Amino acid sequence: MPVTSPTTRAQDAGARTGVEVRLEGLSRHYGSVVALQGLDLTMRPGELVVLLGPSGCGKTTTLRLLAGLEDADEGRITVGGADITHLPANKRDMGMVFQAYSLFPHMTALENVAFGLRLRRAGKAERDRRASEMLELVGLAEQAGRYAHQISGGQQQRVALARALAIQPKVLLLDEPLSALDAKVRSQLRDEIRRIQLEVGITTLFVTHDQEEALAIADRVGVMREGQIEQLGSPTDVYSRPATPFVAEFVGLSNRLAGEVTTSGTVVVRGCQLPLMDSGVPAGPVVALVRPEAVTVATSEPTEAGALTGTVIATTFLGATSRITVDLGDTRIMAQLATAEAAALSAGQRVTLTIRPSPVLVSAGSTAASTG
Amino acid sequence: MAVATTAEPAARPVRPGRRAPLAWIGTVPFFGYVAVFLLWPTGIVVLDAFKDTTGKFTLSGVTSLWNPAVRGYFIGSFKLSLISAVAGAVLGAILAYCVASGNPAGAVRRVYLSGSGVLAQFGGVTLAFAFLVTIGPTSGLLLRAGWYYSFPLGIALIYTYFQVPLMVLVFLPAIDGLKIQWREASENLGASTWQYWRYIGGPLLAPAFLGSALLLFANALSAFATIEAWENQIAYTVPQQISTSLSSEVGLSNINYADALAMGMVIMVAIVMTGYALLQRRAARWLH
Amino acid sequence: MAALTSLGETPAETAAPRRQGMRARRRRRLNAFRYLAFTMFGLFFLLPMLAMIRFSLEGSKGGTWSLAAWRDIVSYQGVGVPPLMSAVEISLELAVITCLVILVLLVPTMIWIRLRVQWISRTFEFLCLLPLTIPAISLVVGLGPVYNRIEHYNLSALMLFWVYVVLALPYASRALAAGLNVLDVKTLSEAARSLGASWFTVMVRVIAPNMWQAILNATLLSSALVLGEFTIAYLLGYNNLQAELYSISRNTPNAGVVFSTSAASLLFAFVLLLILSYVGRPRRRG
Repeated sequence: MPVTSPTTRAQDAGARTGVEVRLEGLSRHYGSVVALQGLDLTMRPGELVVLLGPSGCGKTTTLRLLAGLEDADEGRITVGGADITHLPANKRDMGMVFQAYSLFPHMTALENVAFGLRLRRAGKAERDRRASEMLELVGLAEQAGRYAHQISGGQQQRVALARALAIQPKVLLLDEPLSALDAKVRSQLRDEIRRIQLEVGITTLFVTHDQEEALAIADRVGVMREGQIEQLGSPTDVYSRPATPFVAEFVGLSNRLAGEVTTSGTVVVRGCQLPLMDSGVPAGPVVALVRPEAVTVATSEPTEAGALTGTVIATTFLGATSRITVDLGDTRIMAQLATAEAAALSAGQRVTLTIRPSPVLVSAGSTAASTG
Repeated sequence: MAVATTAEPAARPVRPGRRAPLAWIGTVPFFGYVAVFLLWPTGIVVLDAFKDTTGKFTLSGVTSLWNPAVRGYFIGSFKLSLISAVAGAVLGAILAYCVASGNPAGAVRRVYLSGSGVLAQFGGVTLAFAFLVTIGPTSGLLLRAGWYYSFPLGIALIYTYFQVPLMVLVFLPAIDGLKIQWREASENLGASTWQYWRYIGGPLLAPAFLGSALLLFANALSAFATIEAWENQIAYTVPQQISTSLSSEVGLSNINYADALAMGMVIMVAIVMTGYALLQRRAARWLH
Repeated sequence: MAALTSLGETPAETAAPRRQGMRARRRRRLNAFRYLAFTMFGLFFLLPMLAMIRFSLEGSKGGTWSLAAWRDIVSYQGVGVPPLMSAVEISLELAVITCLVILVLLVPTMIWIRLRVQWISRTFEFLCLLPLTIPAISLVVGLGPVYNRIEHYNLSALMLFWVYVVLALPYASRALAAGLNVLDVKTLSEAARSLGASWFTVMVRVIAPNMWQAILNATLLSSALVLGEFTIAYLLGYNNLQAELYSISRNTPNAGVVFSTSAASLLFAFVLLLILSYVGRPRRRG
C-alpha cells in the first residue's frame, strides 16, 4: 500500500466518487465500413467496464469516441450529466493510457506525469510533488528521473497510468494497455491497474481482446462484435450464461457437440441429458456449446450401455489444470481436469466421459466450426 | 586496382560462436579503395597546405588564410551558405510537414519525394541557366529581377532551389518519426495544438531541424558548379577562388595556396558535419 | 484505418459524407493549408523548368516553335568543343560503370560486415559518410597528383569513375543500408548456410535478391549524381555532360541545346525515381 499524506487523501476524495458515463446511439463509419452502429452503454460511477472483442469489433472506436479522438457520426455522450459530444478532446478531462509508445521521449518519467499539471498552470513545486505521489502510487518512485527508453515496457505503462491519473480526470480510458507486454508482466500489471482503479474510485473503460484479462478485472464485461455489444454483464454472467454462441465461443472455450432438444425442455448430447439455458428453444437438432470443465473423464469401464467413450489424443499442461483432447470417433471433445488427475491418463487410453448437468447454450446450425 | 567481388577471406572453417579473427579481411577491398581515392587525396591536401612549392615545411600557406582578401572569400561563402541554409531549412521544413501529413502511399508524396531526389542533386549550368531565363535580366518572362546577379541574394535564391528539396529528403524522416500517440496523449492531457508544438512536437523536432540545417549549410559551402555557372568572372566564395587559383598561371606559389584554401574548406565543413552528426544521433534516439 | 498520418493529425476522410465534427473541420483546414503550400512550392519549382523547356522549344525566328534544340542533342557540334553526344555518352557510360563498381564494392562488403564483422560497422559508416564532409572542390586539389599518375597511361575520361564511386558512397550506402535493415540478414544467412550454401551463394542468391529495391534506389541515386557532376570533371579537364554544357554555354550563349539536354536529363531522372517509388514495397506505418 503506498503511503499517502492526509492532503493527498483529501484531494483524492474528489476523484473517488466517480461519475456516470452514458453513451447513447453512437455510430461511426469509415467510408463503407461500419465501425459502430447505435451503441448504447451506461457506466456506473466508479465502475470498471471492459469492452472485449476481436479486432475490428469497434471496441477501440468506442473508446476513442469517448476520448474525443474521433468524431461520432451520430449519438450522444454524457459524462456526469453533462453532454460532451461536441467537446474537443483536450477539454474532456479524461485520462487515457495507450497501448504503447505514448510517453514523451524527451521528458523524464516525472516530467511526463507532471505534464498535464503543467498545462493546467500548476506551479513547479506543486506539480512535482503531485507527480511524485502518482509515481509512488504506481510503484515507480525511483524511476522518476529516467527516460522512456531507459525503463521497461511494463514500467512505461505504469508511468502512462500515473500520467493519466495525475490530472484527476473524470474518466479513465485504457486502450489495450497490456497487449504489448510480456505475459508475466501483463498479469501483474493487470492486477495493479485494478487495485489502483478501486482505490481511486474512478469510472474506467478498458478495452482488450484478451478474455482472461477481461474476466479478471471487470465489474462488467461488454462483449462486442461488428460494431455492437452482444452481451453486457458481470464476468460470471458472461462466462456461465452466454447470451449468444459468439459470446460462448469468444469467452472461454466451448465444445461444439450435436444434440437434440427434447420436448421436456432439455437437450440430449451424446447420451447425457442437460438442462437448457433458454427453455424456449423448440425441439429438434441443435448444436450444444459445452464447456471443457463440464466434461468429466473416468478411466473405469462404462457402467451402462451407450455411455460416452473415447480415446485420449493429447494432454495440454496448463499449470494447475490440464486440458485433455479425446477422440469420440466422429468428433473431438476437450475436457478440463486438475493436473493430478490428468497425469494419470496417457495417449491412446480409452476413457468414459460424462457431461455435468449445468445449463448449456444451444444454437441451430452445424458443428462445422472447430471446437472452441 | 583489383576490386574483389566476393571477398571470401582466407578460407578457414570457423566454429559458430567463435569470433573469426580474420573475417575483416573481407572488408579490405572497400577500405583499400576508400584509402586510395578519398583519404590519400585529402591527406595530400592537408600536407601540401603546409608545404611550399619546393616541398619544405612552411606555415605561409596557412597563414595566408588570414589575409583580408582571403577572409573575404570565407565570409562570402559563409554569408551565402547561411542565407541559403536558413531559407532552405525553414521552407523545406514547411514543405516536409505538408508532405508528411498526407497519405503515406499517396501520389502527392511520391511525386514530391521523387522530385526532391532529383532536384537535390540539380545544380550547375542547368540550374543557373534555368533561373537566368526565368528571372534574369534578359528574361522573356515578366519576372525580371535586377538583383539576379547580386551577391549573395541572387545566388542564394538559386541555391534554395536545391536546398529545399535536400531539406525535405533529410528532415521528412524526422517528421514521420513523430508518433501519433504523442499527439493524442497530449490532447488527452489537455494540450491545444499550439501547446503540443511548443512542449512536444517542437522540442522533439529541434535537433533534427538544426542538424538538417547544418547539413544544408555544409552543402552550400561545398557548392561550386552552380555559382561558377552563374558568374565566373568574380570569385565570391572559397570554391570559386580555389578554381581560380588552380587554373591561373599567376605564379607557382599558388599551388599551395589552393591547398591551404582546400584545407580550410575541409575544416569548416568537417566542423559543421560533426555538429550535424551529433544532432542526428539525438534526433534518432527520440524519433527512430 | 485509423492512422493514415504520422503526426496525430486527424486521419484523412475517405468517403463523401461531409462530417461536421471538430476533427473533420481541423483536417479540412489543414488540407487547405497543404494545398496552398503545394501550389506555391510547385510553382516555384516548376517555373524555371517550364521556362527552360519553353526556351528549348523556341524557333530561330521570334514567336515560332521548333524542336530543333531537341533534335540537335544528337548532332550538336559547337564551336571549339567536342560533339555534345560524346559528352552524353561519356556521362552515361560513367554512370553505368560507377553504379556497377559501387554495387560490387558495397553490397558484398555491407553484407559481410553485418554477418561476420559487426565491430567494424561504425568505422564503415563513418567512412561512407566522410565524402559528405570533404567537398569535391577540396578533393580535386588533392586528386591532381593521383590522376596525374593514372594519366601516364593516357586513359579516357572514364577514369573519373574511381572518384565518382567515392562521391556516391554516402547516398548509395544509405540506400543499401535501408534495404538491409528490413532483412534479418543473420537469420537468412544462417538458414542458408545450414542448408549447405557457400558465402557466395548466400550473398548473391539469398540476400541480394531481397534488397533489389534498395539496390535499384542506390543505382538511381548514384546515376543522378554522376550525370550531374561538374566540379571534378571540369577542374581536372575532362569532358563530361555538365562540363560540356558549361563550355557550350560559355561559347554560345543561349544555345537552345543546353536547355533541351538539361530538361531531358532531369525528366529522365524524375521519371525513373517516380517509377521506383511505385515499384518498391508499400510503405508501412510505423
